[in-house]
Amino acid sequence: MSGPIIGIAFGNTSSSIAYVNPKNDVDVIANPDGERSIPSVLSYVGEDEYHGGQALQQLVRNPKNTIINFRDFIGLPFSECDASRCATGAPVIEIDGKAGFVVNRGDGVEEKLTVDEVVSRHLKNLKLAAEDYIGQTISKAVLTVPTNFTDVQKDALKKAAANVELEIVYFINEPSSALLAHVEEFPLDRDQNVVVADFGGVRSDAAVIAIRNGIFTLLATEHDSKLGGDNLDAALIDFFADDFEKKNKSNPKKNARSLAKLKANAQLTKKTLSNVTTATISIDSLADGFDYHSSINRMRYELVANKVISQFTAFIEKVIKKADLDTLDIDSVLLVGGTAFTPKLATNLEFIFPESVEIWSPLSKNASNNPNELAASGAATQAQLLSAYDADELAQSLEPIIINTPHLSKHIGLVDANGDFVPVLLAETSYPVKKSITLKKAVGDFTVAVYEGEHHIKESVLEPAPKEEKPAKTEDDEDDESDWSDEDDEPEVIREKHYQLGNKLMELGVKDVKGLELIFNVDKEGVLRVAARDLKTNNVVKGEL
Amino acid sequence: MFELPPLSGAVGATVESGAKLTPSIRRPIEPVGKFFLHHAQRTLRNHTWSEFEKIEAEKNVQNVEQSNVDPDELLFDTELADESLLTHDARDWKTADLYAAMGLSKLRYRATNQQIIKAHRKQVLKYHPDKTSASGASLDQDGFFKIIQKAYETLTDSNKRPQYDSCDFEADVAPPKKGTNYDFFEAWAPVFESEARFSKKKDVPTLGDMNTSKEDVEKFYSFWHRFDSWRTFEFLDEEVPDDSSNRDHKRYIERKNKAARDKKKTADNARLVKLVERAMNEDPRIKQFKEEEKKEKERKKWEREAGARAEAEAKAKAEAEAKAKAEADAAQAASAKVDKKKAKEAAKAAKKKNKRSIRNAPKDADYFGDADKSTTIEEQTGLIVDSLDDEQLVDVAEKIKSDTAAAKNILSDAAKALTDAGKLPAAIVSYYL
Repeated sequence: MSGPIIGIAFGNTSSSIAYVNPKNDVDVIANPDGERSIPSVLSYVGEDEYHGGQALQQLVRNPKNTIINFRDFIGLPFSECDASRCATGAPVIEIDGKAGFVVNRGDGVEEKLTVDEVVSRHLKNLKLAAEDYIGQTISKAVLTVPTNFTDVQKDALKKAAANVELEIVYFINEPSSALLAHVEEFPLDRDQNVVVADFGGVRSDAAVIAIRNGIFTLLATEHDSKLGGDNLDAALIDFFADDFEKKNKSNPKKNARSLAKLKANAQLTKKTLSNVTTATISIDSLADGFDYHSSINRMRYELVANKVISQFTAFIEKVIKKADLDTLDIDSVLLVGGTAFTPKLATNLEFIFPESVEIWSPLSKNASNNPNELAASGAATQAQLLSAYDADELAQSLEPIIINTPHLSKHIGLVDANGDFVPVLLAETSYPVKKSITLKKAVGDFTVAVYEGEHHIKESVLEPAPKEEKPAKTEDDEDDESDWSDEDDEPEVIREKHYQLGNKLMELGVKDVKGLELIFNVDKEGVLRVAARDLKTNNVVKGEL
Repeated sequence: MFELPPLSGAVGATVESGAKLTPSIRRPIEPVGKFFLHHAQRTLRNHTWSEFEKIEAEKNVQNVEQSNVDPDELLFDTELADESLLTHDARDWKTADLYAAMGLSKLRYRATNQQIIKAHRKQVLKYHPDKTSASGASLDQDGFFKIIQKAYETLTDSNKRPQYDSCDFEADVAPPKKGTNYDFFEAWAPVFESEARFSKKKDVPTLGDMNTSKEDVEKFYSFWHRFDSWRTFEFLDEEVPDDSSNRDHKRYIERKNKAARDKKKTADNARLVKLVERAMNEDPRIKQFKEEEKKEKERKKWEREAGARAEAEAKAKAEAEAKAKAEADAAQAASAKVDKKKAKEAAKAAKKKNKRSIRNAPKDADYFGDADKSTTIEEQTGLIVDSLDDEQLVDVAEKIKSDTAAAKNILSDAAKALTDAGKLPAAIVSYYL
């Protein structure tokens, strides 16, 4: 019996595997070492191969034979590979025009591995971990990829997986996968524009996704292959290295081994600081035989890493700008990836977004506590959905005729009793679509006027309330604290989203209704039909554009 | 939710002439999630919204049916079986229906320990004073909760539970009213089933149905006639005062309790005997068996009588047969006589025929060329023929018949044999010698 289709989130720094268990819960699978976030690292010591956390430990002792950060190289010509990101591990070399690595397999035997082979071995280890956990053979998987992966890269991934008898049935974009996992766990009650920001170890990706009736549309994507959790580590390393040098007159950054040790421990400290406010770091014989022991609190860490964290927020602002939207158009921000654990990231975002925007980070009670597992969970959810369809149907469902759908460019909605526009179908809704709203309290005669609508951002300056004339006071009251706090109050700017009526499309008049259901339907030719149904009598008034 | 403006135009739909949606933008959508797959499915299979919704609804129904609920939960009461329990005096807990208080009014004595524990947990969650006080009741109004606790205490105690079950008259099933119209098996099966809970023996035979064998029915009634019940009435005992001050009074109460218990037990046994007696009287199978027995008897009697009759019949038959046989024999004998006579005659005729053929043989052979001696030949031939006995006659006749030319030799042989035997003097048949 063959097992379920698993979901694999394959990252540069770490990978996760997940599947939907028979109880219909998403299980993120731990490898035999108990890691649910499995480092994407392979290390060779003589005959032995190490994978995951065990391989990561080899980075200090055996960096030349430890392969890291290889994911992005797949399917790329060597000239496009950024060799610098593997500086601390096995160096990247050129093999047949592709990226590759040379590792020492003991007794002077050298093995040349292309990146394809490395990916195969990594996937094989993931597959074995999943088989161990589930107890069935696994032959199919859904794999997440960044939005900017080309078809060539996907084909290379598919081939690498096929070499270890793993069929990739579906590729799923990382941000969509994470968002899918999120909405599965915390269902949405309305259509939204969401920024999905995925901060990994060595790269960051962000996407603006419009969710309309559960269908996701990518509005814009942004990538930065130089920004990630490693930048935070680097900031911490600088801080600790300075501290160490001050104490011991020795710079650990000058020695590759010391640096590797410091990096490994700084990462641990960073992770600890995401959960508690104070963390310690202690390294035996860091450099020149000196031990290092120190503690750091979260406040200091946030100051040290402030520059990097502001880069993250700037990155998010950039993608919103790229999508031609305003921060007010965004309804929520979903933080994904290991770096999303950093609490400061979420609190900083709260400053740049208006209050209406929900930040889905581990701090929020409406979001997963494990942002690094979202992508894998989404892939697993997708995998389970796919298992109900056969291969033909899946191939057909990826045809452009289905994927490439028309989207409304303006809102469609109604006019309410105050003459204001109430959007029903938001812009960027892909059609064919059907949406109904129920007004149970509508009793009597009504006009249902259907309009196209637009919105704009209205800025209004809120004048500070005129200071109250203070009643004459005695002298000892004069240095009242409230006095100086109001002095340099800046006028507050209030930015609001306002809807404006556009073209009138149709008008439905209904009489004597007791409860009303309005059904908006746009078919694939783009014909809008609006029907108003009396809940009590089932009488329907229909209009077709 | 928003409110709609009041009716200003005409009732019905008015579409703005020339109004058009702003042209759409084509973008790829993300092929993820069930909503995308639904979209793909609709597009591929050309389903309309309503068709698709119908298919999905059917699927959902199946899913709901397949979802698994704890089977025990279904057996528990969804709401309190007896509302008056809420106001029942906790000091009088013995008169309360403890199973109903636990939400087990459907299971009663059938409830397993596991189910009692589960049900108790459920009731406590619902009726704990902390919970009820939140909805306005004061903390002192915990009478029902105390009853639940007492019920739990009683029902999980392996000694107390049988005592309570003995006096759980709610679980008794009343026999059908006399004189009403009812199906025997439908009405009585639950009665015996509820009574069976008091059996000391484990395998209680069931009432069965119309097709149960006579043996099983008899087993059933003999079991119930000899029913061994563990039912006790201790639960109804009057509280024995626990003070040592008045020992006499205590003993008096104890004696009284014992007497009451015994009395109740005797009454219960009598009740059961009566019950079984009545069931037996009404049992259509017993009636059927009796009828069958009666029929069987009649049949046997008939058989016995039929035996004697058959004997007489057989005798008469034998006599008739003997007579017929005698008649047949006589007839046969007569016909045989006739046959014999006929045979004799036939033999005679044959003899005559043979004699004639021999006598005529010389003539037929032209007297062997001695026509002048024809008289002598004829005379001597006649003598030979007369002298030949029956067998020789046949033999000679046959020979002559087969070979007419050799008639002279044959006759000569015959004459010679006759003379040799001394039957004829040689002189008489001189021609042939």
